[in-house]
Amino acid sequence: MKRRDFLKSSALASGVFLIPSFLKPFEAMASNELSGFKNLVIIQLSGGNDGLNTIVPYGNDIYYQKRKTIAIKQPDLIKLNDMQALNPNLAALKELYDQGWMSIINSVGYPNPDRSHFRSMDIWQTASASDQFLTTGWIGRYLDANCAVNKNPYTAVEVDDTLSLALKGSKMKGIAVQNPGKLYSNTREPFFKELVNEHNDNLNEDNLGYLYKTMIETYSSADYIQQTSKTYQTKAEYPQTAFANQLKSVAKFINSGLKTRVYYVSLSGFDTHTTQINQQGRQLKVYGEAVAAFIKDLKQSGRLDDTLVMTFSEFGRRVEQNASDGTDHGTANNVMLFGGKLNKQGIYNNAPNLTQLDNGDLKYEIDFRNIYATLLDKWLNVNNSTVLNSGFRAMDFV
Amino acid sequence: MPRGLSYSVMNSLARIKHLYARAGFGLNVDKLAQYQRLSVKHAVDELFRSSDFSQPLSLLTANQTYQMADRADKTDTLTRKMFLQEQRQQEKDLNLAWLNQMSSTEAVLREKMVLFWHNHFACRTQNPWYAQQLNNIQRDNALGNFKTLLLQVSQSPAMLQFLNNQQNRKGHPNENFARELMELFTIGRGNYTEQDIKESARAFTGWGFNNKGEFVMRAGQHDDGSKTFMGQSGNFKGEDIIDIILQKKQTAVFICTKLYRYLVNDTPDKAHVNAMADLLYNGNYELSPVLKYVFTADWFYAPANVGNLIKSPIDLIVGLNRQFYITYNNPEVMMQFERALGQVLFYPPNVAGWPGGKNWIDSSSLMYRLKIPSTVLNNGIIDFHGKADPEDEALLAGMPNRKQVKTQAQSTADWDKFLAGIPKGTTKEQVAEVLLSPEINSNLKSVIVQSGSIKSMVVELVSTPEYQLC
Repeated sequence: MKRRDFLKSSALASGVFLIPSFLKPFEAMASNELSGFKNLVIIQLSGGNDGLNTIVPYGNDIYYQKRKTIAIKQPDLIKLNDMQALNPNLAALKELYDQGWMSIINSVGYPNPDRSHFRSMDIWQTASASDQFLTTGWIGRYLDANCAVNKNPYTAVEVDDTLSLALKGSKMKGIAVQNPGKLYSNTREPFFKELVNEHNDNLNEDNLGYLYKTMIETYSSADYIQQTSKTYQTKAEYPQTAFANQLKSVAKFINSGLKTRVYYVSLSGFDTHTTQINQQGRQLKVYGEAVAAFIKDLKQSGRLDDTLVMTFSEFGRRVEQNASDGTDHGTANNVMLFGGKLNKQGIYNNAPNLTQLDNGDLKYEIDFRNIYATLLDKWLNVNNSTVLNSGFRAMDFV
Repeated sequence: MPRGLSYSVMNSLARIKHLYARAGFGLNVDKLAQYQRLSVKHAVDELFRSSDFSQPLSLLTANQTYQMADRADKTDTLTRKMFLQEQRQQEKDLNLAWLNQMSSTEAVLREKMVLFWHNHFACRTQNPWYAQQLNNIQRDNALGNFKTLLLQVSQSPAMLQFLNNQQNRKGHPNENFARELMELFTIGRGNYTEQDIKESARAFTGWGFNNKGEFVMRAGQHDDGSKTFMGQSGNFKGEDIIDIILQKKQTAVFICTKLYRYLVNDTPDKAHVNAMADLLYNGNYELSPVLKYVFTADWFYAPANVGNLIKSPIDLIVGLNRQFYITYNNPEVMMQFERALGQVLFYPPNVAGWPGGKNWIDSSSLMYRLKIPSTVLNNGIIDFHGKADPEDEALLAGMPNRKQVKTQAQSTADWDKFLAGIPKGTTKEQVAEVLLSPEINSNLKSVIVQSGSIKSMVVELVSTPEYQLC
C-alpha cells in the first residue's frame, strides 16, 4: 500500500469515499427465511416528554383546571376512548391505533423518582433502582447474557453517531451506525485495513487485545451491515426529517434481513419549560409521522408481526403547568408500543390518576422494569433475571 | 515475551516516559535530552516541584449567574432563555479553560490529580461559578490532605446542591448526601448499614450555602440530638461523621484502590493497594507520600503495569495538544471530541463518575479515537452530530431547526517546534518509543521503517490502537 494515501485520506476524515463498486452485493434473503426473526425497536424521547399532553386525559376535568393555558381543547383532540385522546400532532398514529398496532401503557415509572434529566435517563438506560449506579445498560446486559448465540456487535444497533449507555454491556457492546456507507468507508481506509489484517490472530486478553478485537469487530460488522442493507431498496415514503430518516434506516435494516435483535433511536427536544404547545407539538408531529411511515413500511414488507416498538421518555412532567406556558420535570409517564402482534391493543390500563398525586406528581403504577422484563422474556426470549437481577414479573402486552 | 521493556533492563528513559504517561499527560520529545539522564527519584521530585503551586481557574470572577437569576423575572420566557444560554456559554468556557490549563501547564501532576478528584467527587451543577469553585477546591487539595479535600468538597455549594443537602433539615432528613458520602466518596458499599445512612443524614442537617456561594451552618435546621453511627453514639455533627468514617481503615483502602486503578492498573493488586493504604492511613490521609511511594515503587515500572491503561478521552486530547503544540482556531471543536469520545468535563454520567477502562471503548468511540489524532494533526474534517446532553434539552426544545454539525478541526500543529525538539542523533524508532507506551512490535516496526518522513510516521503512529494506551 502507498503510505501517502493515509495522509491524504486522514485529511478527509469524514468518509467522503464512495463505496467500492467492485463489491458484489449479497443475495437478498428470501422473505420466508426472515419471518420469525423478532426484533425490538426502542425510541427514546429525550428531555422528558409531557405525557399528559401526548395522550390527553380529556375526560378528567382536573386536566383542564391544572392547565389553563396549555390544555388541548376537546374539539382539537383525536379521541381514543371516553377518557384519553391523542394530541392532534399525533394524527398520523390514529390509523395504527385503529388497526390494533398500537398500545398505550399509562403511569409507568419507578420508586423514588429522580427529576434530573441525566440521572433519570441513566436509570432508564441501565434499569437500575434510583439509589443504584450501574455501569452497564440493560440492552448491553442482554447482549452479555446472549453472547454465546449472538456474538456480533450488530446484534444491537443504535442509529446514531455515538453509542448510548443502554447498549453497553461488560463483555459486549452494540454498534452505532448513523450511515452504513460512511461507517464502511471509514473502516476501509487503507491504514486501518492494514492494521486489521495484521492483527487477525494472537489477540491478548489485555487492553491492547481488546482494542484490536473491537477494531476487527467494527471492521467486519461495518462490512456486514453495509453489504446486507444495500440489498434492500426502500419503496415506502418517509417524511423529510432526520428522525424519519433514522427510522427509515431501521426499516431498511429489518427488511434486508440484518440479524439484529435490538434497534435504538432517539429524538430530543422535549424539555418544554416554556411555550410548550408549539415546541412539543412540533416534536410530536415529527415523531408521529415518522412512526406511522415506519410501521406501514414494515406492514408492507411483511415484517410488522416480527417487530415491536417501544417509546419512552426519562420522565413525564408535573400535572400542573408552570407560569411560562410550559411544564416542569415530573415523574410517571406513558409508554407507547407498536407492532403487529400486540396482545392487548389500544389502551392497556387506566388513565393516570390526577387526584391522588405525590407532591403534585403522578404516582407510577407500573415499574418500567416490568416492561423491560416482558420484552426480554416474551420477545427476546431470554430470562429477564439474567439482565435485571431482581427478576421482574413479565406483563401480558405481548 | 512480555509486553514492554523487560523489567530488569528497563532503561531510565523508559521509566521516565512511563512516569510522565501516568503522573502527567505524556512526555514531550523536546524533554528527551533533559530527562534521559534523570533518575526516577529526581524525576518524581521534579514532578512534585513543578506542581507545587496551585493555579486556580479564574474564568468567572463572581457568582454572576445567581445575581442574574435573582434579578430576572423567571417567568419571562426571553429572559429565562437568555439566562440559560449565558449559563451554557460559561460552562463551555470553563470546560475549555480547564482543557487549556491541562494542555499548557507545567504542573501536570496536579492537573492529572484534579482530573482524578473531578471523577471521584463527580458532580453536576448548572451554576458555572459553583463548578469553578469545586474544581479549584479539588485543585488546591489535589496533592494535599484527603480529609481537608473531603470536608471542603462536602461543604461546597455545588455538592450540597447536587446531593440535595440544601433540603436536609431537622425532622425532614434528606439522605442523598450521606449515602453517596459513604458509598462513593469514602468507604464503599458493604461497609455501612442503612441505619448508618439515616443517622448520619441527621448529622448533616443544616449544612447549606448562601447566595454568595459560601457554606453556612443553619443552626435552626440542625438536628442536635444523639445519633448512633458505626457503633458510636453522640450528638454528632457532620464533621464528626467524617472523622468516624476516616477512622476506618477501609476508607484508606477504598481510596487507594481507586488511585491504583487510575495510576497503575485496571486490576488492583491487593498487596500494593494495602501498602498504599497503610501509608495513607498512618499518615493522616496525606496524599503526596502515597503518590511518591507509587511513583518510586519497583512494581510501578513492572512490565504488567506499563502501556496497558486505556487513556481517558481527556488524556488523549490533552496529550495530543501537549506533544504537538496544537492551537485551535475554534477551540470548541475539542468539546466535540469530548462528546464523541464520551467524557465531557463537568458532565459526569452520574455521581459515580466515568467508569473508565474498557468502558471508554465501543465501535464508534474507537473509530473516533483512531481518527481524531490524525485529523487534528492535518487540520482535517470531523463529521459528527452525536447526542445532546440531557441537560441541554431545554435549550434544544426552543430551537426548531438544528443542523448537523460538520466541523473542520481548524487546528495547527507546530511541526517545526516538534521536529526541532528531537535531539540530534535520535532514530525514528526512538521517536516512536516516546510516542507509544506499549512495546513496539514487528508490525509497528514496519510502519516505522517504511514511513517516508518523521512527520508521516508520527501521523500513522498516533492512528494506531497502541497510541490509545498509556
